[in-house]
Amino acid sequence: MDITRFISTHRRFLLVGFLLLVVAFVATFPLYTQQSHVRVLTIILIYVVLAVSWAMFSGTTGYMSLAPAAFFGLGIYTMALLQKTLPFPVIIVIASLISFAFALLVGLVTLRLRGIYFAIFTFGLVIFLTELVQFLETRIYHGHGWNITPIDNTTLLYTMLVLVVVTVLVIYFIRRSRYGLALLSIGGNEEAAEHMGINTTRTKVLYFAVSSIFMGAAGVVLAPSIIYINTNIAFSLFYSFMPILMAIFGGMAHLSGPIIGAVIFGYLEKMLRAQWSTYFMLGFGIILVVVILFLPNGIIGLVPTLQGKLGGLMTRLRKGEKGEQHANA
Amino acid sequence: MPMLEGQDVTKYFGGLAAVSHVDFHVEQGEIVGLIGPNGAGKTTLFNLISAALPLSSGEIRFKGQKINGLKPHQICRLGIARTFQETKVFVNMPVFQNVLAGAFFGSQDRVSTADATREASQALEFVGLSAMSATPIKDLTLENQKRVEVARALATKPELLLLDELMAGLTPTEVSEAMELVRKIRDNGITVFMVEHVMKAIMGICGRVMVLHHGEKIAEGTCNEISCNKTVIDVYLGEETRAGS
Repeated sequence: MDITRFISTHRRFLLVGFLLLVVAFVATFPLYTQQSHVRVLTIILIYVVLAVSWAMFSGTTGYMSLAPAAFFGLGIYTMALLQKTLPFPVIIVIASLISFAFALLVGLVTLRLRGIYFAIFTFGLVIFLTELVQFLETRIYHGHGWNITPIDNTTLLYTMLVLVVVTVLVIYFIRRSRYGLALLSIGGNEEAAEHMGINTTRTKVLYFAVSSIFMGAAGVVLAPSIIYINTNIAFSLFYSFMPILMAIFGGMAHLSGPIIGAVIFGYLEKMLRAQWSTYFMLGFGIILVVVILFLPNGIIGLVPTLQGKLGGLMTRLRKGEKGEQHANA
Repeated sequence: MPMLEGQDVTKYFGGLAAVSHVDFHVEQGEIVGLIGPNGAGKTTLFNLISAALPLSSGEIRFKGQKINGLKPHQICRLGIARTFQETKVFVNMPVFQNVLAGAFFGSQDRVSTADATREASQALEFVGLSAMSATPIKDLTLENQKRVEVARALATKPELLLLDELMAGLTPTEVSEAMELVRKIRDNGITVFMVEHVMKAIMGICGRVMVLHHGEKIAEGTCNEISCNKTVIDVYLGEETRAGS
């Protein structure tokens, strides 16, 4: 029982230690595993970035964005177009800026839409971008699709590790700040938020754009590992739905929810795909239905319940001990 | 110069005049009541003042400055806070965070985290809910949710507070407590403009009352004048109230 007290008093310390361990694990991962595993881990980290940045905006405000694929695809295409002229890190920065600017523009036009209308618009946005890029490709290059020079898996993993750390840190501080509270207020009751002095339009547009920065950057890192891309691959709606499923699966009340969701989902996807090939979606579907039915707050929603049960068990045990002492005395 | 002043304030919904050519004023330090039958345009008038709705015509001034055309968050930052007829709390957070949001964003200047936290706890203490600050807001009774709304509004440091049916749905004891709260707010130097159906409350605390009917102002005066006014009795109060009060 001293362990529970130790955990609660040194919580922050333990958490930082745990996170450092995770980072160390990822950093040393390529030293003792095969290349294919390094690739799987890189993709899991990409999912983490997508899920965490999606949940930062949509999970708090309740504006369901189906646009992650649009920003992710912009990142992939930025890489395809610039890889021969610029160094990798510079392309990541450029893709982030493009995503940010594009999201700002989209946000200004659409964030007055509420509920389902916003969701449908962002859905349409991905389809529109797919068609637009394809149109431009055929007009300007008279071709379709791009080959991307591969970059070695270890470099990609380390790049992704840096990106995950930056994303999680930035979003951690946003969630803790007054702007995180503003985003939550918008989700709680937008009208009341406006009347409490929150500039809801500006907050929504700005943080929608901030969340898309990380999505664009993640796209750049994915590109070299898929070698050939075209509009249907780059702007695949799969990348819009995956972060949402992961965030719901993990739970959105806490920053750790989407991370846990992305790690489990990413791992399951790779495993199921290897075992069942195209049937893996079937397994996915079943898992998701079960989670939504029985864990409406996601995996992390289980924590308070388990804590309560564990706490109850502990006190009962302690009382039992005392009772025995009394009996002995 | 009145603190809040409306001139020829008019709002059309399609062809229907919800508020029609209403002139009003609220002086510093007053508690002004706004009464009238359902659909008289009381809440619409509040929505016009707080910029939830744009005016069709007319002008509203706050401390001499024209405020119609501003956004709701700007109105709040100027010093006009409000509560809502059907409570609009932030359902996804605990009580304290609800109030903290008001403290952070309700002022013209940037408020430091320490100041906002202090303001929020003071506001919660003022409405008597300090003990519940960590409770999820969904677990509170209607009365307490309304108190949180008041605390949230007070945390924005208003000079004028618009209370929209604070006492609707409350038991007689709760009404007395709410009346006490409104008096305390005024004594703290905040002017109060309130829509209310509970006549006991209006008669008990308002210095002056305005009556709306079909969007038009049909009477204005002290509580005594209003309760004896023939038109007001006909359209709203009825004979019994007159006899009762």
